[in-house]
Amino acid sequence: MNAEGTSFKREMLATLPSLRAFAVSLTGKHDKADDLVQDTVMKAWAKQSSFEMGTNIKAWLFTILRNEFYSQMRKRGREVQDTDGAFTERLSVHPSQYGSMDLEDFKAALSELPDDQREAIILIGASGFSYEEAASICECAVGTMKSRVSRARTRLTELLKVSGESDYGPDAVSAQVTSGNHGF
Amino acid sequence: MKKDNLVTQQRVRMQAERADDGLGPTSDIGSRLRALYGAVQDEGVPDQLLDLLEKLDSAEQAQSDKSSNRGGE
Repeated sequence: MNAEGTSFKREMLATLPSLRAFAVSLTGKHDKADDLVQDTVMKAWAKQSSFEMGTNIKAWLFTILRNEFYSQMRKRGREVQDTDGAFTERLSVHPSQYGSMDLEDFKAALSELPDDQREAIILIGASGFSYEEAASICECAVGTMKSRVSRARTRLTELLKVSGESDYGPDAVSAQVTSGNHGF
Repeated sequence: MKKDNLVTQQRVRMQAERADDGLGPTSDIGSRLRALYGAVQDEGVPDQLLDLLEKLDSAEQAQSDKSSNRGGE
């Protein structure tokens, strides 16, 4: 019992950074994301008897977090609309391989996507889930997940083309190094 | 060994899937998505969350110690 409890905790710990990044992508705000992760941890802890050790704890936790997010949204009557629902806040550590303009554009493009497409492309492209896992997290068919990802990718490509390709050169990268405040 | 093979097979399958969804390692959109996501991941887990997990875990252990003591009497 003790050993099981401890390894449940250990597995949860290992998943938290990715779970938190997904929460930021949903809420758009770090403080709201941390509250959401906290609620998720408590929910998950309370239902840990329904989790089978050795199965996919990451997908299980993402499912709980996503359900929690949408149920809170419904309860609050979509007061959450003030966020763009993507990584809207400045990041404390800017990914060094990208110019700030480059990621600003990308962030803006992401926030243009419908919620279901954005979460689909994040789960597949960034969280590292298979289509089957992502479909089970979002409670949709695998085919639906594939088409959401594909539409998201097409739309992002269009949006980024419109916003101009000149931002992506080495100049943009060096400009970012000197003006660290423009990231998110 | 067998498990390694399975993992490798799964990885190959997943990479093949990735390659045709345009989000693979060489994809521009895929790598920018991962850069954003990775930047949040790299921030680490806030102390309040770690504390919460510790509290939940120790509360549970105290609970189970108590009930096993009671069972022994």
